[in-house]
Amino acid sequence: MLIAQILVNGLVLGGLYACIAVGFSLVWGVLNVINLLHGSFIVIGSYAAYFAYIHLGIHPFLSVPIAAAILFVIGYSFQAGFINRVVAAPVLTTLTLTFGLELFVNNLLIIAFKADYRKVTLENPLGVLTLAGITVPVDRLAAMVMALLLTGLLFWVLNASRVGRAIVAVRMDREAAALMGVKVKKIYALTFGIGAVMAGAAGSLISLIYPISPLNSITFLGKAFVICVLGGLGSVLGAMVGGLTLGVLESFGALAFGPEHAVTLSFITLILFLLFRPTGIMGKKGYE
Amino acid sequence: MRRILLLLALVGVLLVPMVGNNYIIRLTTIMMLYCVLALSWNFIGGLTGYPSFATAAFFGLGAYAGAICQGQGIPMYLAWILGALMAAVFAAGLGLAILRLRGHYFAIASLVVADVLREVVNSATKLTGGGMGFNLPVLKMGIDTQTKLFYYLMFILAILTVVSAAYVNRHRLGFGLRCIKQNEDAANMIGINATIYKTVAFTLSAVFVGWAGAFYASWVNYIEPGDVFDILFSVKPIIMVLLGRAGTISGPIIGAVIFLFMEELVWRNFLTFHAGVLGLIVVALIFYLPDGVLALNFRRLLAWRRN
Amino acid sequence: MGPILQLKGVTRQFGGLLALNDVSFDLQPGEIVGLIGPNGAGKTTLVNMVTAVYSLTKGKIFFEGKQINGMKPHEISRMGIARTFQMVQPFPKMTVLENVAAGALFAGGVKTLAKAKEQAMEHLQFVRLADFAQSSASALTLADRKRLELAKSLAMNPRLLLLDEVNAGLSNVEINRAMELIRSLVERGITILLIEHLMKVVLALCSRVIVLHHGQLIAEGVSTEVVRDPRVVEAYLGSRFVKRQQKGKGYA
Repeated sequence: MLIAQILVNGLVLGGLYACIAVGFSLVWGVLNVINLLHGSFIVIGSYAAYFAYIHLGIHPFLSVPIAAAILFVIGYSFQAGFINRVVAAPVLTTLTLTFGLELFVNNLLIIAFKADYRKVTLENPLGVLTLAGITVPVDRLAAMVMALLLTGLLFWVLNASRVGRAIVAVRMDREAAALMGVKVKKIYALTFGIGAVMAGAAGSLISLIYPISPLNSITFLGKAFVICVLGGLGSVLGAMVGGLTLGVLESFGALAFGPEHAVTLSFITLILFLLFRPTGIMGKKGYE
Repeated sequence: MRRILLLLALVGVLLVPMVGNNYIIRLTTIMMLYCVLALSWNFIGGLTGYPSFATAAFFGLGAYAGAICQGQGIPMYLAWILGALMAAVFAAGLGLAILRLRGHYFAIASLVVADVLREVVNSATKLTGGGMGFNLPVLKMGIDTQTKLFYYLMFILAILTVVSAAYVNRHRLGFGLRCIKQNEDAANMIGINATIYKTVAFTLSAVFVGWAGAFYASWVNYIEPGDVFDILFSVKPIIMVLLGRAGTISGPIIGAVIFLFMEELVWRNFLTFHAGVLGLIVVALIFYLPDGVLALNFRRLLAWRRN
Repeated sequence: MGPILQLKGVTRQFGGLLALNDVSFDLQPGEIVGLIGPNGAGKTTLVNMVTAVYSLTKGKIFFEGKQINGMKPHEISRMGIARTFQMVQPFPKMTVLENVAAGALFAGGVKTLAKAKEQAMEHLQFVRLADFAQSSASALTLADRKRLELAKSLAMNPRLLLLDEVNAGLSNVEINRAMELIRSLVERGITILLIEHLMKVVLALCSRVIVLHHGQLIAEGVSTEVVRDPRVVEAYLGSRFVKRQQKGKGYA
């Protein structure tokens, strides 16, 4: 039953991964901007949950709205202040800009919080769940469920609300959307904000599982890249498919090649997909 | 006017080892190294318009190829050429695979390659020493002599790079690359084999970088994967070229010089925050100098200031 | 000498849409042939297939006896086929001279940049754009851009020139000038396939006319006869034209 255990491990991880990547994917798909700050946004979310727990005793799952609110403000400001001015610029410009911003923010985080790894260790851990010979730590499972719920919430918002449909419209065809009265600049700011919110939420959930440190932001960024390419850009479904796939890939990869090579394996998969199937597993760009 | 400045600069560079101390000589060596990296990136990024983040991959590959060759007893100068060749061959192969991609996808693919190479080198412990690094044989000469020797050797590499860049810029290849950058489909339609041209540009962006990597390994005598495959080796040349002016010859050179000065200043004054300051500089660059220093119209600036 | 261009059973499918359906015709060297048909008939698609922008779903294309379908666009340019685009595509950051020199330097087979620029100047003089040689290509008016396109295509030294709506958006005076230019091209021995909407141009310049409708070739022959062919009239020229013809008022 080892295979089944590994598979379940991968899927649980994958659910979290989907939440990590969905904001990144949305921003990339709608604004055509690769937000290199995304990793740091996640880390800020984790710190928010950490300090809420240490100082106020709030469980990280309940910190999600707090982290989300903080990140929304940060995200919206960054977009309005910086990203907005280069949205139509070539790839190199936007990449270099977000790279510079990320250097700055990451350095700030290191100075503010130090690079040491912290972890949220609950006073009353929830133990493990065993079913049909497969064990899953309950907090991980709960985090995965919450992650999927949040991602599902985003999916619902994009499909059911006016604003959501506007975002999808801009993603499909910016000019046509503008002609139909959509205020594209506002949508950009909102989308970036939502991307930051999802990052913060993911960070909050992840604080129970991953060590928290500014040094991790590049790890999350790398995963987000792979997930976007695997699953397809700009769609929640794509992020989910990509996330689950990456989770399973890493689990089996760790088994086959050792955990230290899991990341390299995912990057090789990334390159292979870019070469042979750049639209991802889903094939066509998902339109929700 | 430009010729005179150029001549003065050349003379100045040649005189440095005679008047400066070892610190200054080493700093100028790094400046020339930066020029090589910036001019190399310019081939694929500035001229052809493909945002390559593969420079670190080529640098690290050249470093390890050169190091391993030297470890096998191959003379240093030959090892450097082999490093350059390895990087070039790798770039040609990689180029055929990823130059089909455009924009973001190409950037990511090129970025990820360095990371994959780093891991591969890290794991091939028997050959490369893995995470414990690789020690190169030490040259049998005094520190002062060695410093000066490497200075002049780097100078030769820099001149080679500049001459190649100038040649490409003024002839057919450069013209074709510029067409590709502005409209790749139209370029194909007027008879440019864009695939070949891009691959040549990509290979050019690797050969001198690989050489520089092998040089670097011999210069510092000890390399490890995280050091020579550092993503900053990919990003700094881009910043230098953007700072100066993409697509020209003097642009990358001026950008490299300015960048080095800034880097030294920042390092000395903001030790814990130097990455952050670099980030701010990059942001300022994007907003206030989008076409680089050379694109500034100084007369207009002066007139504006008088008002 | 055989036909310079042969299309045999050329078909192109885009998903569910059959853009070209079993089109076959020959072009003899030195002809000016008109390619007409309503919007969406497949005229530009046909040119795109000859120049390898799109691949063929079915069929074959021969240029001077050699099969060219399956080749890449740059190979076809170098073989001696040039075309203009409806949406003119200059290299925006280069001067007018450099744009034309590009055509000479690559497809045109000129060895050095300096010689290419010399030849480019001659071509610019031919299309009467020489005064704009040092202007940026993106600063030109539409009419001048069309002349730039033409100069660039000529610099490529083609034996077959595919002109795609070179007159769209031009005034009457400009159109007459363009017609003169095209006539002098034929005197140089270049075979021309002219996609046109304006009947007066087609009838004045083209000895033969090919008519496409919904991707199919519905008529081919001498211009004056084809325009009276009831199928063509019905598909393309419309009933008003027919009425004018019947009242003896000539062409619109």
